[in-house]
Amino acid sequence: MKLDVRLFAQARDLAGAEHISVELPASSTVADLRATLAAQCPQLGPLTPNLLIAIGTDYASNETMLSPDADIACFPPVSGG
Amino acid sequence: MIELTRDTIDYTALTESVRSDQAGAVVLFLGTVREMTAGRQTAALDYDAYPEMALAKLAELETEARDRWPIIEVAMIHRIGHLELGEVSVAVAVSTPHRPDAFEAARHLIDRLKEIVPIWKKENFTDGTTEWVHPGIEPESGETGKLATD
Repeated sequence: MKLDVRLFAQARDLAGAEHISVELPASSTVADLRATLAAQCPQLGPLTPNLLIAIGTDYASNETMLSPDADIACFPPVSGG
Repeated sequence: MIELTRDTIDYTALTESVRSDQAGAVVLFLGTVREMTAGRQTAALDYDAYPEMALAKLAELETEARDRWPIIEVAMIHRIGHLELGEVSVAVAVSTPHRPDAFEAARHLIDRLKEIVPIWKKENFTDGTTEWVHPGIEPESGETGKLATD
């Protein structure tokens, strides 16, 4: 399945894009997405282990299953306030 | 009332919006752009947000706080975009019948906002360098990512 991942903050700056398209087998998990992002986008570099993944408006754990129609976002730890 | 805005935060109007005859206490918290962070001088901050999720998380925080304290009204507004030194980046206003609850709820809301709401700040230092603040990640300059607001 082809997934569109929105990027924010330094992840967006390092990737040089607001979205990244990722190809994953059906029944992949967030952990699989992390591995693919790291391989496909090495410029994320030091951020990679700390990136947060959101599906819809909720944070996802590594075990969360992905679906092709999910709204997926990827970003570093937050610093609002 | 929950909002993200690119405009100057009218914290007087925000405070008025939570006032009520049922409240004996109103607490307002403002986060403002601070000049000095770990010995470095900040000229401005740029805030980025994932708006849909930020609004959803703020709404969750409101629900969480209303379950815990007898809140009459609550208002939270966060600025995004470019903020100069001294400007207000975030405002949280809470009204409750008695003051301990208003202080506790406001403290809880701003603390949780900083933990879970997908908003990020980028430092613009007076030496011309910029740096995203991502807690737990060392900036490339080697400086620890301390926050340039409260």
